Amino acid sequence: MSIIVENLTHVYNAKSPFETVALSDINFTIETGEFVGLIGHTGSGKSTLIQHLNGLLKPTTGKIYVNDFNINDKNLKLTEIRKKVGLVFQYPEYQLFEETVYKEVAFGPTNLGLSDWEINNRVKEALNLVGLKFGDIKDRSPFELSGGQRRRIAIAGVIAMKPEVLILDEPTAGLDPRGRDEILNQIKALHSKYKLTVILVSHSMEDIAKLVDKIIVMDKGKIALIGTPREIFSQVEILEQIGLGIPQITQLVRKLRDKGINIREDILTVEEAKKEILDLVREKKNA
Amino acid sequence: MSNMIETKELIFEYKGNEEENVVAVKNLSLTVKEGEFLVVLGHNGSGKSTLAKLINAILLPSGGKVYVNNMDTSNEEMIWNIRQKAGMVFQNPDNQIVATIVEEDVAFGPENLGIDPAKIRKRVDEALKSVGIYELRRKPPHLLSGGQKQRVAIAGVLAMRPQCIIFDEPTAMLDPSGRKEVMDTIKKLNKEGITIIHITHFMEEAVNADRVIVMDDGKIALEGNPKEVFSRVNKLKELGLDVPQVTLLAHELINEGIEIPEDILTVDEMVSRLCQLL
Repeated sequence: MSIIVENLTHVYNAKSPFETVALSDINFTIETGEFVGLIGHTGSGKSTLIQHLNGLLKPTTGKIYVNDFNINDKNLKLTEIRKKVGLVFQYPEYQLFEETVYKEVAFGPTNLGLSDWEINNRVKEALNLVGLKFGDIKDRSPFELSGGQRRRIAIAGVIAMKPEVLILDEPTAGLDPRGRDEILNQIKALHSKYKLTVILVSHSMEDIAKLVDKIIVMDKGKIALIGTPREIFSQVEILEQIGLGIPQITQLVRKLRDKGINIREDILTVEEAKKEILDLVREKKNA
Repeated sequence: MSNMIETKELIFEYKGNEEENVVAVKNLSLTVKEGEFLVVLGHNGSGKSTLAKLINAILLPSGGKVYVNNMDTSNEEMIWNIRQKAGMVFQNPDNQIVATIVEEDVAFGPENLGIDPAKIRKRVDEALKSVGIYELRRKPPHLLSGGQKQRVAIAGVLAMRPQCIIFDEPTAMLDPSGRKEVMDTIKKLNKEGITIIHITHFMEEAVNADRVIVMDDGKIALEGNPKEVFSRVNKLKELGLDVPQVTLLAHELINEGIEIPEDILTVDEMVSRLCQLL
């Protein structure tokens, strides 16, 4: 499912003293099956942007096409778009409200008017996909579970809608390293297994570097950079100007190059760095 | 130097609503010296926050003792003195702010101590300046960024003139710049002599600590200075924690037979070591 954004501008509280331009002249395309990272400061417009992609916000000017549907089209049923584009908000565990995990995850599919059999299947599959055991957990109250489990249930609720695009706004904020890795691995599995298009908003450059095909960097309501992780993380000056970091390992490589060591510049992960350094050490030994 | 906090064979048990009770802290003995910067790591459910609440007398021990500046937390008469000595800052800035104007929020604590208004003014101004938000004093808190709000919460604790502050994941909900603001504030307060107990999931925040303890299953699983603790890469992974990327890289290179110290914590250390090798 592809997404095309053309000249998107969004103004909050237009023509009032509180007028704020949150997005200005945004253009990009996301292809079917792409895994996209969206990074930027708090207040850079990330959340405003993703709320446009499933029609929660309407552009002040500009166009958005989700699989050839024009979101501005008055005849378009927005429920159709929202079925296809699932949005997981920040701290989604605070949005749980049902008395059992089953009812919680079934809420969306039930509203789609699906059969009980289909709903049951979807709940089972969604819980399974987020790493929870259906039998153990379906009758428990979401409120007696841990924060990490509650967050996974919230994500399962969106997955049970079988979206073609999954947008997650900082899904790992506040989790411990193990909880973070579990959720990221499950998102990765969803992406590769179901060819879902995924848009991940994150502050962690290390996570972004590991996972995504393409990065969109936002700054002050505009797109500052767009490209592959290697392209983006080589633009250190611009990233620093915006106040964003680069993965620690990329910092290391840059500093080594500054010292005159001839190491590849576009290294993003510990694995790659290890391989490069080992090669250099061996070269030196053989020299 | 005297002890700021001391726990002796501390046990805490949460009473479950059915017959099952959960023992969150198991026989934990810990001493924190005056002026120390202690970081507490551990995965969710390891007992970190329970420990923090026991030190602040929000929870009382099921067994053993907690002493704050030699005051026993189970002595009800001392509870207000204890909380004044050892203040606490929580994860969510929005849950800790009570007033509609920054400076009024910071004044809330001292007002409740019944301090003379002129003195409150002085304390509030000092606290606000100390965390670098004096110029925001007349703003409503909801217009501030997460990092700024968290500093309002810290100022509110400072206005109580504590000797020790316990931070329970104060940066978990902040973005990188907010996290930096809060960490810089914490480090500054420690330099000024305040004892810090900092609970976090961010390993890079532990690098500057005097001592790190890693909790697991209500007990201390690892303890030492940051270099000692982070060089135990396998053990930390087993406990569900991370190490900084450069520490992981050092560990991986050692496994490949490269001679490099295993306790590298920063990019600059790694750069100078690798420059010698290459």
